[in-house]
Amino acid sequence: MASDQELEPIKNAKVLMVGAGGIGCELLKTLALSGFTDIHIIDMDTIEVSNLNRQFLFRQSHVGQSKAKVARDAVLRFRPQINITPYHANVKDPEFNVDFFKQFNVVLNGLDNLDARRHVNRLCLAADVPLVESGTTGFLGQVTVHIKGQTECYECQPKPAPKTYPVCTITSTPSKFVHCIVWAKDLLFAKLFGDKNQDNDLNVRSSDSANSSESAEDVFERRKDEDIEQYGQRIYDHVFGYNIEVALGNEETWKSRNRPKPIYSRDILLDKPFHQNGNLNKDSETDDASSVSAMVCLGLKNPQDIWSLVENSRVFLESLKLFFTKRAKDVGNLIFDKDDQLAVEFVTAAANIRASSFGIPMHSLFEAKGIAGNIVHAVATTNAIIAGLIVIEAIKVLRNERNKLRMTYCLEHPSRKMLLMPVEPFEPNKSCYVCSETPLSLEINTSCSKLRDFVEKIVRNKLGMNFPLIMHGSALLYEVGDDLEDDMVANYAANLEKVLAELPSPVTGGTMLTVEDLQQEFTCCINIMHREEFDEEKEPDGMVLSGWIQARTAENGERSAVTNGESTSKSSNTAVLEEENDEIEIITTEVSVIPSGAKRKLAEISVDSNSVNSLAASDLVSKKSLDHGDGNNAVVMIDDEELEGIKKKRLR
Amino acid sequence: MDSEELTEQETALYDRQIRVWGVDAQRRLSKSHILVSGMKGTVVEFCKNIVLAGVGSLTLIDDSPVNEEAVIANFLIPLGENDCGGKSLAEACRDALKEFNPMVRVSVEKGDLSTFEGDFFDKFSAVVVSGCSLATKKLINEKCRKRLKQIAFYTVDCRDSCGEIFVDLQSYTYTQKKLDETIERQLQYPSFEEAVSVPWKALPRKVSKLYFALRVLEKFEEVEERKLGEVSIEDLQSALKLKKEICDGQSFNEVNVPDSLLERLLQCNKEHPPVCAILGGILGQEVIKAISGKGDPLKNFFFFDAVDGKGVIEDISAQNSGV
Repeated sequence: MASDQELEPIKNAKVLMVGAGGIGCELLKTLALSGFTDIHIIDMDTIEVSNLNRQFLFRQSHVGQSKAKVARDAVLRFRPQINITPYHANVKDPEFNVDFFKQFNVVLNGLDNLDARRHVNRLCLAADVPLVESGTTGFLGQVTVHIKGQTECYECQPKPAPKTYPVCTITSTPSKFVHCIVWAKDLLFAKLFGDKNQDNDLNVRSSDSANSSESAEDVFERRKDEDIEQYGQRIYDHVFGYNIEVALGNEETWKSRNRPKPIYSRDILLDKPFHQNGNLNKDSETDDASSVSAMVCLGLKNPQDIWSLVENSRVFLESLKLFFTKRAKDVGNLIFDKDDQLAVEFVTAAANIRASSFGIPMHSLFEAKGIAGNIVHAVATTNAIIAGLIVIEAIKVLRNERNKLRMTYCLEHPSRKMLLMPVEPFEPNKSCYVCSETPLSLEINTSCSKLRDFVEKIVRNKLGMNFPLIMHGSALLYEVGDDLEDDMVANYAANLEKVLAELPSPVTGGTMLTVEDLQQEFTCCINIMHREEFDEEKEPDGMVLSGWIQARTAENGERSAVTNGESTSKSSNTAVLEEENDEIEIITTEVSVIPSGAKRKLAEISVDSNSVNSLAASDLVSKKSLDHGDGNNAVVMIDDEELEGIKKKRLR
Repeated sequence: MDSEELTEQETALYDRQIRVWGVDAQRRLSKSHILVSGMKGTVVEFCKNIVLAGVGSLTLIDDSPVNEEAVIANFLIPLGENDCGGKSLAEACRDALKEFNPMVRVSVEKGDLSTFEGDFFDKFSAVVVSGCSLATKKLINEKCRKRLKQIAFYTVDCRDSCGEIFVDLQSYTYTQKKLDETIERQLQYPSFEEAVSVPWKALPRKVSKLYFALRVLEKFEEVEERKLGEVSIEDLQSALKLKKEICDGQSFNEVNVPDSLLERLLQCNKEHPPVCAILGGILGQEVIKAISGKGDPLKNFFFFDAVDGKGVIEDISAQNSGV
């Protein structure tokens, strides 16, 4: 391919890479080798030890430094004559606006989260710049191409929603280890070490919770002059003992479930003298706060070991103590971070003690960390392959070979002899609210929902907007921005607290709202439909958005892999490719977006559909392997009719 | 296998991949020894992948000098620094690879692999060769096969936008997971010589056309006494003539080896870096699978063509043919 004429579009291209992580390192290297000479790269992250097994541009000595900058320096060492411009910044920062995006010939994503992917998708649409999108998990990977008006945009197919758990499963009736992890991380850890002003469902809801809630709040505050050991034991006894006793009082709950067993620290630890076999007594002022570890203090070495209840209890008390003594500065504003050793130790211990109480098997710190940190499995080889495929697609985009563009799936098990399976891209989804400007509908109780609820639950959470502007006709109801006049800010703040029907320009059934994100240059219209009542369990937001299809949260793990280690551990047939993803959300229950019924025919079977993000190809393969498991060479076939079906849906 | 634990350092470094293949596989990897010969773009990619994965040691063979041509798809050596202090290509690569992972021993062996005695190979769990002639491929493969110890043998080559991997695991036993059950499976691999001797007519329909085209070029280079890739579009007529002879000799329909494909392969003989990354990635995964005994290994050829984007596995063996 390398005649000079053919290389011209590559040499002259200006490309933007978003992400300098697992895929990004490989991609930057392959772009440089392939003759690209003007590469801009954005990444907000700094280098961690656990990156070094695959992000080969980084060394131990770079830990803590900007990924984008170190990656640039490393690549310039072997291709000194090219230009690489690094940005140690968040791609959602306002400086990266549509004008910024317009300067590039193609944008290449190597991202690790849905939010940023949606954001870049919208900017690429607004700037009319082609986007090559990618993802990997374990041995699976995918590359897709998105060109405005010609192929699907990244959001044409709904993405699987993050796995969520009903609040009562987390607070009262856990049945799996992951429930205990979510409780330990999102409730207990957040309550003890996080922002005190946050809502928190930690205390079990008993029938009289309304009266007792105020006194219960105080339990978690350290009392004046309270000894740290005493405080730790009091917390321990409250959450593992008292709260369980209270829960047991609700007989109805336990009719069909195993009754949990309250655990008190004195029963676990009193009769066992506390042996110091670690270096607890060696503590000194020189301790680096970031390397404080309860495991080290207690002489526990192997993160693969499953600790006993006694060991877990000691880790719990020790880590709590260390937070208040060695990291007192952090307490009150901590957010769980999988790379924070002490936080992982605390969450592992708390989850295990709770698991023990509920008769759920305990897990090692290594496993608990994977679940709590939503660590997606990652290896260098898959990232290298995916990066190669991205460059191949980018070159076709630059050469304007639009009919040769492909989405490619990297499979773990071959399908029709293929390990790398190209599929023609799909045309844009005509009902996509992002690239086709199709109006959405919102059912909401306009005489009791506030504008604030609408902004938080719909505009930010569902539509993924950062700088929203909300209009009713020509009346501006709300706006976010740095350059607003004080009186406008006050005006908007007042509007937020008003119910929709009482806004200066009342929003009622039949109103059409226009919601715009100024940075993403993305506008969508929402038809408001008034509805009196909502099902508290099924529609916890108190409002239902419809008009485009959001994937159902899969219960069986087959296609749910986005969110946590538990589902990804189900291996080859799960997908959703994010290198890492740090959040498990709790919402009260299921996703409240109604599928519009306009679901595409192929959605059930294949590569096309339920989302580009869900590696549906491997779903298909896994389903078929049940039918055709012919033993001998494990080659799995996709029926030709299905492929024909796919072809019909293809572009052109 | 002893039950030594991984060190804390190893657990921290390999965290993400242990979550993919488990602690046992990681332990086996750290006890494995890999030999590569021919520091082409594909091999450099492969070396990066297995050094990162944490093999025990990696030995490099390639005495050729460092020059612009040699580093076109090589990110280990700076372009323009053609001298490298008189180092050979393998030595220059070694110095860069060492930095990727201090826990892996990377060393260089001087000389021509095809002249090495058989017992030299006993040190290795896997041998990868690239950029060598048909005769050398066969020779090294046979040397590996003659040892008592099982030594996995691979070839990998990239010609422009096309690439090929060959795998010989001899008699290979591994565990396969199927619907939550673990079953033991055994595969019999043919040698390179055995595989390429299977009459083309006897192969299953729809075998990748790249397989035939690459055999024609390989044969052409042997007859003309050229090195791998030392061909150009000027050779098209003679290559087409040879193709006809081979096909006629086997009563094989020539349409299975399109002239256009041979023409494309002759037009450019440089390695295309994205294709090297893909081949080096697939080969890395295969070697990791073979060493850890986990996962279905590919049997026994893999082809990638950037033009159609397909990465295809072909079983080229007497077992899988109508012989």
